[in-house]
Amino acid sequence: MNQREAIIEVKGLSKSFGDKVAVDKVNLTVYKGDIFGFLGPNGSGKTTTIRLLCGLLTADDGEGKCLGYDIRKESRTIKRQVGYMTQRFSFYEDLTIRENLDFVARVYNMKNRRQVVDEALVQLGLEHRQNQLAGDLSGGWKQRLALAACMLHQPKLLLLDEPTAGVDPQARRDFWDEIHRLSGLGITVLVSTHYMDEAERCNRLAYIAYGSLVGEGSPKSLVDDSGLTTWMIDSEDVHQLADELRDVSAAQQVVPFGNTLYVSGTDSKALEQALASYDQRDDIHMERTTPRLEDVFIRLMHSSEEKRW
Amino acid sequence: MVISFSPRRLWAIVLKEFVQLRRDRLTFAMMIGIPLIQLTLFGFAINSDPKKLPMAVRSAESTTYTRSIVQALIHTGYFNIVSLTSSEREANNLLAEGAVQFVLNIPPHFTRQLLRGEQPSLLLQADATDPAATSNALAAVKEVQKTALRHDLTGELAKLAGTDTAFQINIHRRYNPEGITQYNIVPGLMGVILTMTMIMMTALAITREHERGTMENLLAMPVRPLEVMIGKIAPYIVIGYVQVAVILSAAKWVFMVPMLGSGLLLLGGVLVFIIANLTVGITLSSVARNQAQAMQMSFFFFLPSILLSGFMFPFRGMPEWAQILGSILPLTHFLRFIRGLLLKGNDFTLAWEHLWPLLIFTLVVMSVGLRRYRQTLD
Ligand SMILES: Nc1ncnc2c1ncn2[C@@H]1O[C@H](COP(=O)(O)OP(=O)(O)OP(=O)(O)O)[C@@H](O)[C@H]1O
Ligand SMILES: [Mg+2]
Repeated sequence: MNQREAIIEVKGLSKSFGDKVAVDKVNLTVYKGDIFGFLGPNGSGKTTTIRLLCGLLTADDGEGKCLGYDIRKESRTIKRQVGYMTQRFSFYEDLTIRENLDFVARVYNMKNRRQVVDEALVQLGLEHRQNQLAGDLSGGWKQRLALAACMLHQPKLLLLDEPTAGVDPQARRDFWDEIHRLSGLGITVLVSTHYMDEAERCNRLAYIAYGSLVGEGSPKSLVDDSGLTTWMIDSEDVHQLADELRDVSAAQQVVPFGNTLYVSGTDSKALEQALASYDQRDDIHMERTTPRLEDVFIRLMHSSEEKRW
Repeated sequence: MVISFSPRRLWAIVLKEFVQLRRDRLTFAMMIGIPLIQLTLFGFAINSDPKKLPMAVRSAESTTYTRSIVQALIHTGYFNIVSLTSSEREANNLLAEGAVQFVLNIPPHFTRQLLRGEQPSLLLQADATDPAATSNALAAVKEVQKTALRHDLTGELAKLAGTDTAFQINIHRRYNPEGITQYNIVPGLMGVILTMTMIMMTALAITREHERGTMENLLAMPVRPLEVMIGKIAPYIVIGYVQVAVILSAAKWVFMVPMLGSGLLLLGGVLVFIIANLTVGITLSSVARNQAQAMQMSFFFFLPSILLSGFMFPFRGMPEWAQILGSILPLTHFLRFIRGLLLKGNDFTLAWEHLWPLLIFTLVVMSVGLRRYRQTLD
């Protein structure tokens, strides 16, 4: 692999709120042009990590660089070159769409402000609603406005905290196309998400649970290294079958999807044996498949839970 | 269907309210603190019968008789000599500045005329901008006229002792000869209104950003604390001036308050005062955790401002500790400035006496605010 420039490089990043450890010795390296997916259950420390990276929180421990600047000492310089999209809409609901964008452009001292804002409005498809209050937008449109606003100053690094929560499929696809286009231009994107299809569109993923990083790699390598075996079982009565399989210890995950059941486990032999008897039945059709990312993540979450207790 | 009243549901609400109240420490503290503060202020600090008012004596002679008169004045408890001078200019300045409340003028040949039975006059000049502050003292002067020389008048003059004909004390109420209270209240009201509105508006400014979640975004952008603070108070300076314009127009055309001083000085002084209040507001805002707390804190500041500044009750009627407390508050100095300017026609040198404390106050409060301004979300 050729030498790639590390845009984010942090080691041992830790942050506690009182007794509660929100981020626990996280090491993270993100290279230029990466689309880096950041996943983890609710409360696992994704937002906290992102805030540490852009200097909104001060780390208790750990050190590192973001865009080549020290995250502890040079957060002001970092802020100028980072676009951060907050999880909760945090633009001004009592300003219009245009006024919000104007404000951002002014704060970043942009020279051709009018033109930049006009372009952003056109790209957003909001030019005919530019004088509407941001607070009157629907949830999905607010997300899209926030995204446009945090990209206005052409940052080199985008930190996006669940940018597509509540956004419709078409807009989500447009959004990800845009992310890939930016990545092609050399912009680095770190994006947190709970959506599996989005995780699959990242070129690298990190999974965080209870504040610790428990898995990292490309989507494919995460699946390959998970040690999971997954079977896809078609049946007339999936619920009956699911109930039966939940008592089988080798079947660690039993997930019905319509008339299909996904059964996964880490012990592939034991699982195969346990399922053998079902294979005989002619109302059941089963087939081995590659584990889905979701199963891999749930596996990661459970194994880190076991380690904690 | 009729839903009947349920004591259980009522209890659920009562319990919830109690728990929420217990978490809200500041409200809790205020509910105990405000009555205590009011009791202290009204009970101990406020005295609408101010005594020991500072007086300058400009005396052309010093004899047993004049000394007895001065002694008698002191004896009433209302007067306290803080300055002896022979210059009329200096005496005038002391009065204009507000350093003394009275100037007692003893003319040359007073004793000689007294002894000849010519019934000479003394001149007592009073700063009557606040009629309430001087009225009791001036009432006591009548008695002095009768009794001051009771023991000194002997022989032929003994028949004058105990009457008010031996000599006269002419009282000259300066700056507000008719003792019109509006002259004092209306300019004062300008200070009170500015204090209240300026502090309350800005106190909400930063907490609002925190509460609405917009602070996270603002902090993620390359703005500096000083930019945020000044940016947030600047619009209110304009609003403050609009208020001043309204109050001044009413003062001039409705209440007929005299306006003797320079208009430019007025606008300048008002600016200093507005900024002082805005920094208080923005600092409270950076300390408070939410908007409700910010409101409570502003009220907490407003209460002593109105009671201890000399707006409601004469400043000199308060005990020393309350005067010291009062001297910290911007309103105290602004009241002296604005009354001095409008009613006494004070020039810049005299006004400056009341403006520099405001500037120092602003600097101190601003630096506290900047230090407390949270640049991160920790
Ligand atoms: N300001 C704070 N004070 C106290 N605890 C906090 C604070 N911010 C976060 N936490 C705690 O830190 C932990 C991590 O929170 P964080 O918001 O980073 O999670 P997250 O991964 O972003 O979750 P989600 O997917 O729900 O957005 C949580 O347990 C949370 O309660
Ligand atoms: Mg989060």
